[in-house]
Amino acid sequence: MVSSEVLIKAQRLTKKFGNFTAVDHIDFEVYKGECIGFLGPNGAGKTTTVRMIYCFSPVTEGELTVAGMNVSTQSREIKRMVGVAPQEDNLDPDFTVIKNLQVYARYFDIPKAEASKRAIEMLKFFQLEEKQTKSIDELSTGMKRRLIIARALINKPQILLLDEPTTGLDPQGRHIVWDEIHSLIKQGVTIILTTHYMDEAAALCDRVLIIDNGKIIETGVPQQLIKEHVGEDVLEVAFDETVLKKLKEELPEAHIEIFGDQIRVFINQPHGVFERIVKKFPGVNMTIRNANLEDVFLKLTGRKLRE
Amino acid sequence: MTENSNPSPSVSRLPKLTYRVWTVWRRNLDVFMKTWHVNFMPSLIEPILYLLAFGFGLGTFVTNIEGIKYIQWIAPGLVAITVMYGAFFECTYGSFVRMYFQRTFDAIIATPINVEEVIAGELLWGATRATFNSAIVLAVVAAFGLISTPWFLAILPVAFFGGLLFASLGMCFTALAPNIDFFNYPTFLLITPMFLISNTFIPLATFPSQLQTIALAALPLTHVADLSRLLVVGKIETLGGLGPEWVLLLAVFWIAIVTVVLFVLSIYLMKRKLIK
Repeated sequence: MVSSEVLIKAQRLTKKFGNFTAVDHIDFEVYKGECIGFLGPNGAGKTTTVRMIYCFSPVTEGELTVAGMNVSTQSREIKRMVGVAPQEDNLDPDFTVIKNLQVYARYFDIPKAEASKRAIEMLKFFQLEEKQTKSIDELSTGMKRRLIIARALINKPQILLLDEPTTGLDPQGRHIVWDEIHSLIKQGVTIILTTHYMDEAAALCDRVLIIDNGKIIETGVPQQLIKEHVGEDVLEVAFDETVLKKLKEELPEAHIEIFGDQIRVFINQPHGVFERIVKKFPGVNMTIRNANLEDVFLKLTGRKLRE
Repeated sequence: MTENSNPSPSVSRLPKLTYRVWTVWRRNLDVFMKTWHVNFMPSLIEPILYLLAFGFGLGTFVTNIEGIKYIQWIAPGLVAITVMYGAFFECTYGSFVRMYFQRTFDAIIATPINVEEVIAGELLWGATRATFNSAIVLAVVAAFGLISTPWFLAILPVAFFGGLLFASLGMCFTALAPNIDFFNYPTFLLITPMFLISNTFIPLATFPSQLQTIALAALPLTHVADLSRLLVVGKIETLGGLGPEWVLLLAVFWIAIVTVVLFVLSIYLMKRKLIK
């Protein structure tokens, strides 16, 4: 489904708030039909980048084009073809579920009959049909999320911006949203998804940009990034000085990190190495698990907690 | 094209408005109509209470002002006050709730509608609300038999433009308000004084001449009240040393010029606040 046609192009894109540089000279391209993930800790610059794409925040420096149009001069045309699902709930509490979609359609000049037709379609797709006459207050967090995504699709956008679509949802809620995003990807919608959940990015994205401190620090396909940076497996063991020392002797080429009270060992070698190690440490509780995007992320961005 | 050092390129220009302003106005009308019976009540009950308390009560002591009965003198004042309250509160508390608590503006700005159009839609809605409210007050005044000119329907356009003025004034405060409690300042330092001294319940002509000058120069309600009195009871007084025809002319131009200035200014201030 991913074509070679570039839909969004950023060149040295920069956003400053006073002296603070939120987005720092980043370059990226988004191809038509792909689902790209913007990954990063809180405050990395993901949302700011998304806001520049839908012409909400003016660009400080650099260039950003959407479908060949400049965000600074052709905001109306761009906003017509983009759907935005922000991370905060900005549904209209003064209206019912279906009226939210109908009123939003009016902002896009969609005629009334067509708006109602699309609203029903969207509610069906997002399994909210029986909630259509309910007020927003009566919806669960997960339903509100889905309604925000439904609203973002009312103008049949070519590009869908999902800013942390599952933050705050329970596991069931997340999986429903994931399924729905999956079927949108199949329909050929180009999606930009920001998240700090690595499993979400791995499950949904064709490609991810890892962003930290306003810079893109790595780009690639999730599985390849995992292989490249942390290998296939990770060995985890409770922190212990003597075990750590011995591990370093046994695996001089391994990358060893201390996460809290845990030692994690990364090694760019095929399966089997860790099994051999486990046998050498009888009585020590060691776990071998598949490496994931979170390991890549933590390795690249460090472990500082940021707010 | 690669360098763009100006963070908000069009902030200083005149607002770019299209027909899309209507969709924002319409959103507020839809919400209003949902609960219209509650929304119309204050405009219906308040003037009745004022006319009873001040007109009949106080009116037994104050028998007439410049040849008209006190109850008839305050009736146009009530219409003007309604215009002020309707528009000012709609575009302070109402707009602030939509902007800050409901994030409605953010949601609309993500569509082809721009910030200027959102604010213009809010201002026109504030003016509309003032017009609705004043129409009800006018009906109450008519029911009391207090209308004595055939020109009274011209109150509605006056209410609309006066409403636009107070809506724009309110929106300036909304743009400056760090939180919702801030509105106590303009309400008690500006709106309440106007309510009392802008030729509404007490004839301005009885105040010291300096106060008359201030009321004519700086208080918008004075001009709305003067026009309202002309159109309801057919009377406009000499104020601040100006003859009736000059007071009328001043009212028309004052409202027209200040409305345009505040309309543009409030959009500019809101744009500065919302675009980051």
